[in-house]
Amino acid sequence: MFDFSIISSWLHGLLTGFMPEWAAILTESILVALVIITLYAIFAIVLIYMERKVCAFFQCRLGPMRVGPFGTLQVFSDVFKMLTKEIINLRGTDLFLHNLAPFLVVMASMITFACLPWNVGAQIIDFNVGIFFFLAVSSIGVVGILLAGWSSNNKYSLIGAMRSGAQIISYELSIGMTMLTMICLTGTMSFSEICQQQYAEGWNIFRGHLPAVIAFILYLIAGNAECNRGPFDLPESESELTAGYHTEYSGMHFGYYYLAEYMNLFICAGMATTVFLGGWAPLHIAGLEGFNGIMDYIPGAVWFIGKTLFVVFLLMWLRWTFPRLRIDQILSLEWKYLVPISMANLILMAIIVSNGLHF
Amino acid sequence: MYEDKNYIEGLLSGIKSLCIGLKTTMREFFTKKITEQYPENRGKLVMFDRFRGSLTMPHNENNEHKCVGCGLCEMACPNGTIKVTSEFYTAEDGKKKKRLVKYEYNLGSCMFCQLCTRACPHGAIEFNQSFENAVFDRSKLILVLNHEGSKVMEKKVVKKAEPEAKSKEQTA
Repeated sequence: MFDFSIISSWLHGLLTGFMPEWAAILTESILVALVIITLYAIFAIVLIYMERKVCAFFQCRLGPMRVGPFGTLQVFSDVFKMLTKEIINLRGTDLFLHNLAPFLVVMASMITFACLPWNVGAQIIDFNVGIFFFLAVSSIGVVGILLAGWSSNNKYSLIGAMRSGAQIISYELSIGMTMLTMICLTGTMSFSEICQQQYAEGWNIFRGHLPAVIAFILYLIAGNAECNRGPFDLPESESELTAGYHTEYSGMHFGYYYLAEYMNLFICAGMATTVFLGGWAPLHIAGLEGFNGIMDYIPGAVWFIGKTLFVVFLLMWLRWTFPRLRIDQILSLEWKYLVPISMANLILMAIIVSNGLHF
Repeated sequence: MYEDKNYIEGLLSGIKSLCIGLKTTMREFFTKKITEQYPENRGKLVMFDRFRGSLTMPHNENNEHKCVGCGLCEMACPNGTIKVTSEFYTAEDGKKKKRLVKYEYNLGSCMFCQLCTRACPHGAIEFNQSFENAVFDRSKLILVLNHEGSKVMEKKVVKKAEPEAKSKEQTA
């Protein structure tokens, strides 16, 4: 496998050659931040295009076809439209909080975005409590959503924000449970070690067989709810609450919510890829050395992005299949079904791991 | 719904019905898409048979139509869209007959209800599939449906008594 740390250590050596250590690290940090922000924007555009196309195909339509070949430039024109629009400050809103909220949401999703393992050695935030950190940081987004709802001084925004808060906080529980199940299997919380282990021993979803598959499905359901998407999009249910917590936002502030929604989808899928589908680890079939060798030639980043987009497709499939749930249905799904099942699943995984029944 | 079932049954039937939904959408994903990309496919766009584009009077190759000028369509039209002008003339056999002079149709006030085509006893008028009806002037919407110098189709099979009697009844 191609190891990205060769490039990063070469860059570090080059920079320390003509500047002091602290300046080199500062330069590297800025470079990394630029790369993250660029990737963030690129993937948001890819995902919005993909969402529109996939949605259209599920509805027997063609989707955007006019701007550019097969409508590929549609999203770019939408982005430019969004950038040129005015940011309106409404009377009666809490200006400071109103302007702060979208940045909190984007910040949370950017930090979680930085946790994703792209390749061997291409990881930005990686330390021994990686998954823990990921779960903690992803919850900052809720603060942004609640602030947006509160500061807008609009009943629809407030109802949307409260629904979103209730939903995200309760589904956080089953996400935590499924993650715990997988940590039980891997024995580590560091993303790089999880990927390395899956490279050596096979993907977790195969290693952990039954409980891992159950955890994967639970994670997809709960992840969809975390992103305020799919059948769980009642915080921004357009028919009842106009747009929920971002009703009063315009221009790029609205754009940030839009961006964060799609990037949360990508991050959710990326985390599913890392924990269940092997991250950058290529598909290995035990006993087929030639096949494994060929698979190793495909770079890890391609594997990671491919698998992530596959999971994104699964989530979009869910979204465009099911009708929106009521708030009581959402909460009963979480508290009466997902939490008990994930607890039982955790116990099942613990039994399997302690008896060495996994692969 | 699931109150009357027990927990496990409700869970399993829920999962089953969700899977049926997922199967349906996945099948839809791979079906042929029905979107028409209109200006691009203008050459080969075919509207469905029952589409009501605008009213026409089909003429055969001898420039003959089936309209006898009875005016039933004009009476059936709720909007006063159709104006039939007819005249009496003396045929070769000495009978007085009615014939169509001008069949005016105002596309601008037509609501495409198809009452006129239902009222027509001879099937002389029908809706075609053309829908590009935009013009720059309202007067261009008033169409004359019978062609220049056209005449009514002579009935060759009128020897059968029944339709003969019927058409006489109406022309009288």
